[in-house]
Amino acid sequence: MLELRGVTKSYGGRRALDGVGFDVAPNRLTGFVGGNGAGKTTTMRIALGVLDADAGEVSLDGSPITATDRRRFGYMPEERGLYPKMKVGEHIAYLARLHGYAKADAEASATRLLTQLGLGERIGDKVETLSLGNQQRAQIAAALVHDPEVLILDEPFSGLDPLAVDVVAGVLQERAAQGVSVLFSSHQLDVVERLCDDLVIIAAGTIRAAGPAEALREQHAGRRFELRTTGDVGWLRAEPGVEVVDFAGGSAVFDAQTDEVAQRVLRRAVSDGAVLSFSPRRPTLAQIFKEVIQ
Amino acid sequence: MSTSPSTTVVTAASASAPGTPSFAQSAWLVAEREIGSKLRSKAFVISTLIMLVLALAGVIWGGFAAANPSRTPVAVTGQTASIVQGQKGLTVTTVADDDAAIALVRSGKVDAAILPDATSPVHVKIVAKDKTPTELVAQFSAAPSVELLDANPQDALLRYLVAIGFGVVFLFAASLFGSTIAQSVVEEKQTRIVEILISAIPVRALLAGKVIGNTILAMAQIIVLVAIAIIGLGVTGRGDVLGGLGGPMVWFAIFFLFGFVLLASLFAGAGAMVSRQEDIGSTTMPITMLILAPYVMVIIFNDNPVVLTVMSYVPFSAPVAMPLRLYLGEAMWWEPLVSLVILVATCAAAIVVGSKIYSNALLRMGARVTLAEALKA
Repeated sequence: MLELRGVTKSYGGRRALDGVGFDVAPNRLTGFVGGNGAGKTTTMRIALGVLDADAGEVSLDGSPITATDRRRFGYMPEERGLYPKMKVGEHIAYLARLHGYAKADAEASATRLLTQLGLGERIGDKVETLSLGNQQRAQIAAALVHDPEVLILDEPFSGLDPLAVDVVAGVLQERAAQGVSVLFSSHQLDVVERLCDDLVIIAAGTIRAAGPAEALREQHAGRRFELRTTGDVGWLRAEPGVEVVDFAGGSAVFDAQTDEVAQRVLRRAVSDGAVLSFSPRRPTLAQIFKEVIQ
Repeated sequence: MSTSPSTTVVTAASASAPGTPSFAQSAWLVAEREIGSKLRSKAFVISTLIMLVLALAGVIWGGFAAANPSRTPVAVTGQTASIVQGQKGLTVTTVADDDAAIALVRSGKVDAAILPDATSPVHVKIVAKDKTPTELVAQFSAAPSVELLDANPQDALLRYLVAIGFGVVFLFAASLFGSTIAQSVVEEKQTRIVEILISAIPVRALLAGKVIGNTILAMAQIIVLVAIAIIGLGVTGRGDVLGGLGGPMVWFAIFFLFGFVLLASLFAGAGAMVSRQEDIGSTTMPITMLILAPYVMVIIFNDNPVVLTVMSYVPFSAPVAMPLRLYLGEAMWWEPLVSLVILVATCAAAIVVGSKIYSNALLRMGARVTLAEALKA
């Protein structure tokens, strides 16, 4: 478990991070969401140790992180970069060796991973000859080649076509299933929503929400319900304590002031005719995001 | 598996299981990559080959030009005139007495005077100005004694050529590999791979690896150039020049080693201060000046002992000026040692300053980092 507690960082007079704290649990994918300049990259760099925090601490399994622990981290920086003139296979193997792999092991690991990521044919090509999407895959290989215990990926999905997103998502899920703690940031809220077990939302340098995605949805669900019936639900508009959000003949989406009101609406609907479904409306990640960053 | 075989020559003893590589192992991996990527750059290989061919051609041409058999002007007196009769390759001036002949030698009108000398096996001695006329001596069946009027000073042209030689080699190697370091620092910064690198190894290991790798390349080039100079002089029969140059060339190599590490550390710091290759000139220019200055000054002041003496103690120009002074025989035996101590101390300071700038500026993207900011914190 990677834990950040009270991490604070200022650049000049501007406070970039203010008491940032959250957990990245093993076996889970943690999505890190925030607007531009919210502090995602700074947080990730501090977690990784390439940047020092002014205050606060980062710990792994309860003890402060040492430089040795950080060798077991995999990192994909926000802005991509590999040596353009190096061959893909050699490059990835070089990074594995920097992490302490013997030459043969490094080469084997690089080949295996690049093949898994669909770059098997390009291992002997120079990085600069790869398309952007393929460079991105090589970049992910760079973060994974040394079998890290903690993965920190800054926007791993940006610039990938939908197929590549699936390939990369599959690899990340596989790693998480093997017990790796995975933290990744993304602007693509739909991808985050689809993949993540846990969510961290940051705005203006402070954590606005953090926890299991399901729990966050529950928490921000409010009392919005969707009702579908075979009859007409026009009567909803006159119901006290109800505000209709969306209406179309037999179905409607509405906010109830209390749970009591919701139950009353359901009883009335049942007594009026056949109810096809009645369910709480879970907010989408985009909705939660907008709500919490305000 | 379609990976091409790695071209690395030396494999650091790395742990078979992924453990933490030592500082030295990390630095060596970086150095290996620096060397490998340079050796695989076609531009580098071709330009190096061209430079080596030019150097070889220059040495050989210089050697032949200097050894060009022209007629040697000599002065004789009535007593020795008969000796040179029938000798080829001589332009003979006959003068009244020994003093007149020596005066001609002094004035440079003739290369040598052939004068009677009862103690000499061939009953003549040869008087020359500052160097033994070997071809003339070779014409006698037994070697006559040779007297030099001005034994010490090296000849001015050779002095100039040696000055330029040390200057050019220093300038080329230091600026080529120095700017390579700066460019590779900026490349890593610009492509952001530096973030991955320093999440794997300590910043100082990365810096050390870059400096070590490029120092090895630069030293290799220097050694090849020295070898070319030796071979070229040997081939052209100018082995006599080697006798005087051998020691200074060794000193040059030693001074260059520390001088280059000094410059390399500064180049690395300067490279780290900018984020784009286009901006690299703005921070490396002062260092380029430090390389250019000794070259220009040694050419202008190679006959000015005071300036040369000062230059031979200033760390940036010592690698050029001290070997030159040694060659000219103007330096006492202890002088290179003192100068080397100063150089090594400055080198150590440069490593501290360079790595401080490097560490502080490495992750600062965007606008150029000022020197004050880079040295702070």
